[in-house]
Amino acid sequence: MIGIGTIRDIRDAFRRGDRPAVEICEQAIARIDAQDPTLHAFNTVARDRALERAAAIDRNRSRWIDRPLAGVPVAVKDNLSVRGMRTTASSKILEQFVPPFDATAVERLEAAGAVIVGKTNCDEFAMGSSTENSAFGPTRNPWAIDRIPGGSSGGSAAAVASGMVPLALGSDTGGSIRQPAALCGIVGLKPTYGRVSRYGLLAFASSLDQVGPLARTVEDAAIALSVIAGPDVKDATSSRQPVADYAAALRGEAKGMRIGVPPKLVDEGVDPEVAAAFNAALDVLRENGASIVNIDLPYAAAAIPVYYLVATAEASSNLARYDGVRFGFRAMPEARRDDLKTMYAQTRARGFGAEVKRRIVLGTYVLSAGYYDAYYLKAQQVRTLIRRDYEHAFERVDVVAMPTSPIPAFKLGERSSDPLQMYLADVFTVSANLAGLPAVSIPCGFTANRLPVGLQLTGRLFDETTLLGIAHAYEQQTGWWKQEPPSGQTAA
Amino acid sequence: MPAGFSRSDVEAIARLANLDLTDAELDLFARQLGDILAYANQVQSIDTTGVPPTASVVTRHDADRADEIVLGLDRPDALANAPDANREAGLFGVPRVLS
Repeated sequence: MIGIGTIRDIRDAFRRGDRPAVEICEQAIARIDAQDPTLHAFNTVARDRALERAAAIDRNRSRWIDRPLAGVPVAVKDNLSVRGMRTTASSKILEQFVPPFDATAVERLEAAGAVIVGKTNCDEFAMGSSTENSAFGPTRNPWAIDRIPGGSSGGSAAAVASGMVPLALGSDTGGSIRQPAALCGIVGLKPTYGRVSRYGLLAFASSLDQVGPLARTVEDAAIALSVIAGPDVKDATSSRQPVADYAAALRGEAKGMRIGVPPKLVDEGVDPEVAAAFNAALDVLRENGASIVNIDLPYAAAAIPVYYLVATAEASSNLARYDGVRFGFRAMPEARRDDLKTMYAQTRARGFGAEVKRRIVLGTYVLSAGYYDAYYLKAQQVRTLIRRDYEHAFERVDVVAMPTSPIPAFKLGERSSDPLQMYLADVFTVSANLAGLPAVSIPCGFTANRLPVGLQLTGRLFDETTLLGIAHAYEQQTGWWKQEPPSGQTAA
Repeated sequence: MPAGFSRSDVEAIARLANLDLTDAELDLFARQLGDILAYANQVQSIDTTGVPPTASVVTRHDADRADEIVLGLDRPDALANAPDANREAGLFGVPRVLS
């Protein structure tokens, strides 16, 4: 068993009566205690609450035994609200914030029998690709502790990869579930926009944000998706499209599937070891009866600028609520006690970190009079062209394949002085958010330095069944997920 | 399009966003945002004549609920995270705005 095991391992052991929920929870906490001082995957570990909840499940076994996540320890990204549990978005401005409500995805996990063990570190307000933008310090990659775990859901990815928990929730606005999953060697799923309620997710860019699972296997991600998906009256963008039993639909078969690859996009600027792992993955799919089809996504190359214009515009609006009045940190310079504007501006100056400030300024600029048409409106029009690219592609193929990230995990501090270089590494992930499409990253090999590489598959709107089916078939053939990072091998 | 981003541009925009920036931040952001916008200018060369904008990929709001009154947060919960609240009166406190 790898680390604490898979959802399936844990649930089956609980159901058979081999392991009570308390024992499983104690193991998760022991693994966190052993590894987290090094990895810093967690901002908050809620051990008493978790153990109480596990004990309550054991006391009432018959009520929980058939639930899909009975007794399963779960970590939640620190930008998702859990009632009564500090929720910071890794920002100083929310350092003491305790939400009075649960995110819908969190409520559904608990109703399914999950035990929430804590809140995971991330880039501040999910803005970043390395988890170095956390106000509470970076998370480290379980495969190489001098390297970043990816981001922004880096804490969630590290917690799963190191075997502390089998499942973590993340959020994905431009790749923030898939890219850290790739860099930590696990599975990360961004569902279709509207598939999972965003209620209780601290908003970054509302037209792009989506909640999803990070897990060790495709089957586990599928189990989690069925739990958290579905309409919610608290999120008007959530969809009434029927939710499938995604795990039951997995067949381990890629036969007859058509997999689109955009050669122009993936031949440029990709690390040679990542390219080699990606091409080998295509060979595996081909050997298993899938056909690889060249496709053209002419506007996908513009996805990065479009993404950074749209996302920062929405962020500048969403983050206006952090003003030191109703919740969060307040700066109160004594000299200007009666100046409201100074209080706002100082609260935000001292409460937000550099990347968040940079994006607020950029977003405010692209929405300002005189520049709105040239930047924001133009970006929204190109967003339409990117959507059409995918609509055309999906007339010929079932999924689109790309590497998740053009590079493996880099060293801490290596890229933090050049934000544009950091943004460019999101080239393969942002399109799925702009087009609202579901996309999954699955492990597809390692570099010579033992750094994980991820394969990204993007599917049709609301067709997570086909997407996960192909991902599962590839996983069955390769078994990359069975490799364990060095940090986990000595833990409890 | 503006060729670069000056320090005073950054300062004026930050003021719109109620955000105080230090001198060091103004210098740094002027350079970095100039680079980012120069890169983003590539969207200008794309022909979007007659292309409608996408603000959201959701075209049907089919999860809208019935227009009926439901309970929201109760007052103590709503005030619990406020840095300056009068909990008995049920008020958020702010610095004086009228003299």
